[in-house]
Amino acid sequence: MIQNMNELTQAAEAARKQLNAYDCRILVCSGTGCIATGSNKIHQIFEQLVKDTPGVELVFSPCGGDHEGAAVGVKKTGCQGFCELGPLVRIQKGGKTVQYVKVQPEDCREIIEKSVLNDETIERLLYHKGETAYTSPDEIPFIAKQTRIVLENCGKFDAESLDEYLAAGGFEALKKALSMSRDEVIDEVDKSGLRGRGGGGFPAGRKWKQVARQAEAERYVVCNGDEGDPGAFMDGSVMEGDPFKLIEGMMIAGYAVRAENGYIYVRAEYPMSVARLWNAIHQLEDRGLLGDNILGTDFSFHMHINRGAGAFVCGEGSALTASIEGNRGMPRTKPPRTVEKGLWEKPTVLNNVETYANVPKIILAGADWFKSIGTAGSPGCKTFSLTGAIENTGLIEVPMGTTLREIIFDIGGGLKNGAEFKAVQIGGPSGGCLTEKHLDEPLDFDSVKKFNAIVGSGGMVVMSTDTCMVEVARFFMSFTQRESCGKCTPCREGTKRMLEILERIVKGNGKLEDLDTLEELATMIQTMALCGLGKSAPLPVLSTLSTFRDEYISHIVDKKCPAKQCTALRQFSIIPVLCKGCSKCSRKCPADAISGVLGKHFVIDPNKCIKCGACKDSCPFDAIYVED
Amino acid sequence: MLDESYYRKTDEIISRYVRDSRSLIPIMQDIQAEYRYLPPELLSYVAGQIGITEAKAYSVATFYENFSFEAKGKYVIKVCDGTACHVRHSTPVLNTLRNELGLSEKQHTTEDMMFTVETVSCLGACGLAPAIMVNEQVYPAMTPEKATALIEDLRRKG
Repeated sequence: MIQNMNELTQAAEAARKQLNAYDCRILVCSGTGCIATGSNKIHQIFEQLVKDTPGVELVFSPCGGDHEGAAVGVKKTGCQGFCELGPLVRIQKGGKTVQYVKVQPEDCREIIEKSVLNDETIERLLYHKGETAYTSPDEIPFIAKQTRIVLENCGKFDAESLDEYLAAGGFEALKKALSMSRDEVIDEVDKSGLRGRGGGGFPAGRKWKQVARQAEAERYVVCNGDEGDPGAFMDGSVMEGDPFKLIEGMMIAGYAVRAENGYIYVRAEYPMSVARLWNAIHQLEDRGLLGDNILGTDFSFHMHINRGAGAFVCGEGSALTASIEGNRGMPRTKPPRTVEKGLWEKPTVLNNVETYANVPKIILAGADWFKSIGTAGSPGCKTFSLTGAIENTGLIEVPMGTTLREIIFDIGGGLKNGAEFKAVQIGGPSGGCLTEKHLDEPLDFDSVKKFNAIVGSGGMVVMSTDTCMVEVARFFMSFTQRESCGKCTPCREGTKRMLEILERIVKGNGKLEDLDTLEELATMIQTMALCGLGKSAPLPVLSTLSTFRDEYISHIVDKKCPAKQCTALRQFSIIPVLCKGCSKCSRKCPADAISGVLGKHFVIDPNKCIKCGACKDSCPFDAIYVED
Repeated sequence: MLDESYYRKTDEIISRYVRDSRSLIPIMQDIQAEYRYLPPELLSYVAGQIGITEAKAYSVATFYENFSFEAKGKYVIKVCDGTACHVRHSTPVLNTLRNELGLSEKQHTTEDMMFTVETVSCLGACGLAPAIMVNEQVYPAMTPEKATALIEDLRRKG
C-alpha cells in the first residue's frame, strides 16, 4: 500500500531498482496491430524459450531473489508505433535497445542465443531503409523525426505493470498537483494552452475553470474514449499502451475540480483497451492510489469504465453522458452545456483520452515548457494515425505546426510503391481533404479550418491517384448517414438525400444541377443540425467539391471515373495483341460475358459485363485493361 | 421459450450490477457475450428485474448497433470498412466472404449457424489495412484469397 507521499517515493525507488536489476528485457509489442500479426504467440515462445535455456532465468521482478543465471524479463508493451512492420520486438540490454521488426516464431531462438545470451545483433531482423540498417529504435527516421509526449512511454515498458510506470516517474505529477492548490492546478493547465484533442480544440483549462465555479457540489470527470472516426486509432493505442498515464491525468482533473468519480467511455471495438484499463484500475486500488484519501490527503477518487455499444454519435458529449446513464445515446440541445449539466445533470469535465494524457507532463514540466512546443495558438504535440496508401503506416506524434510534407514524406516515407500523392483525408467523417498545395502549410487547429478540414481526432488517411474522390465523399456520407441518430431532421433527412445524390453520381446517373443541390443541402445541414455529428457531416463533400470539382464533372458529363475506381463506370477491354487466348478470364467471369476460341484473342461483351474486374485480376498476360 | 438456465445465468449477471437503469447496457452486453445475441425474452426479464419499463429497455437495445435479437454464428466475422481499409480495398474481401458463405447484405448468418458476416466502421488496426476480426482476433492485410483460405480453415476446425 502506498499511503503517503514518502511511500510513493519509496515505491518508485524500489521499482527503479528492480528495473535496473534486469540483465535483459525482451519487450514484445502488444498493440492491436502487432497482436494481429501474431505478437502474443511471439511473447509466449520467448517465455518458454527463456525458461528452457540454461544460464538464463525468466523473472517478473528480479530483486530479492537468488538468480543462478541472467535475470530476463519478457514483457508486453503498448504500441511501439511502427504497425506496418509487426510483430515488433525490442531487446534492452546493458543500457542499449535494439529494435527488431517482423519477428517470426522461428526467429525467437536465434534472438535468445545471439542477442540475449550474447551481444550480437541479427542484421536480417533490423529495420532497413535503402542500404542502411538501423539498430536502435530512436534512430529509425520514422521515430527519430517525431516528438513524443503522450506516447513517451508507449512501447518502452510493460503496459500492465504499475511498478514500471512508477519507475518511469509515474504519479509524480499527481503528487505535485496535490501539493498545489486546486486553482493553481487549473491555472497551470489553462496557461499551457492545452486544447481538447478530440477534434473541437476547446481550451481544456477553460473547461475545468467553468466546472470548478459551478455551485453544485457533486461533479464528474469523464473521458471520451469512444474513438469512432474510421481510420483513427491513437486513443486506443494510448489506453492500451499507457493506461496509467490517462488515469493519472483524470485524477489531476478530479482533484482540480473537486470530483470524486471518473468515467472512461471506451468503444466496443477496443476490448484490449478495456482489459488494460481494468488491470490498471485494479492495481491502483490494491496499492491505495485509487480510493479514499489518496496519498494521505483529503482527495478521494474512484474510476469506472463504460463500454460503448456501437454508436458513433456517442462521441458527442451529451450523447456520451446519456449512454453512461443507460439511455439511447442521443445528443440534446445546448445550453445547458456539459460543464453545467453533464453526467446525471451534474457539472462534468469531459475531455478525450489524449487531452488527459497530456496533463501529467504539463503539471510536472510546467505550462511554459508545454508552450515551447507547437504553435502559439495550438501548443504541444498531436498524435496521428498514419494510414492508407503510405509506406510507413503507424502511430505518430509530432509538434503542432508540423507540415503535411514532413509527416507524409519524412516520417511516413512517402507513398506506397512509389504511387503519386493525391490527397490526405484528415478529421475522418467530420473532416476534409488536403492536397498538394497544402503540403507545406503548418498543421494546427486553426490553420486546417481555413482549408475546409479539421485536425479532428487525428486520423490521417493518405490517398494516391488511384483513389476516386467522389467515391470517398460517398463513403463518408454513407457512414454519417448510417450513424445519424435520427433526432433532428436536417441530419436525418439531409444526409440521406446527399447520399442518394452521391450514389447516383458514382453510378454515372448524376446531373450537373446535383452539384448545386449538394451544396445547398450541405449549407442547410451545417447551419441547422443539432449536434457536431450533423454539423460536420457535409464537410467531406464540400471539401472534395471545392478541390476536385472536375472529378465530379467527369462522372456526370463524361460518365468516366478518372481514378478508374467507380465500378459502374469501368469499361473493360482485352488488348488483342497481348491476349494468348488461354480462356482463363472467361472461366473466371461470373457473368459469362467473355467469349472466344482457344488460342485466339477473346472479347468482352459490354452488355453482359458486370464490371467486377475478376478477368483483369486473373489474366496472366496483363492483356485486360480499364478504358480511359 | 428459453429454458430455466438462461434465467439463472441472467440473474447471475444482474447480481454484478446495481439494480437501476444505468446498469441496463452493461447487463445486455454481458448477456450478449454469453449467448452471442440478446434473446428478447431476457430483455423483458432484465427490464422487470432492474425496475425499468420494457419499452425503455427495447428503445435502448435497438438504438445501439452491437445488440442483436437474432442468434449469430459460431464465428462472427467483422469486416472493417473504415477509411484506411476502404482505400486499401476491403470491399473485394467482404464480397468474397459473402460469396464463399452464400450470404448477402440482407442475410448475415449461415443456416448451419457457423458464420456471421458483418461490416464495422473501424477496428483500430488501420496500420494493417484491410483488416477483419473473427470473434476477438484481428486478421491483418487481408486479400480475397486469404479470406477464402481462412473460411476453409475455420470450417475444418468446425
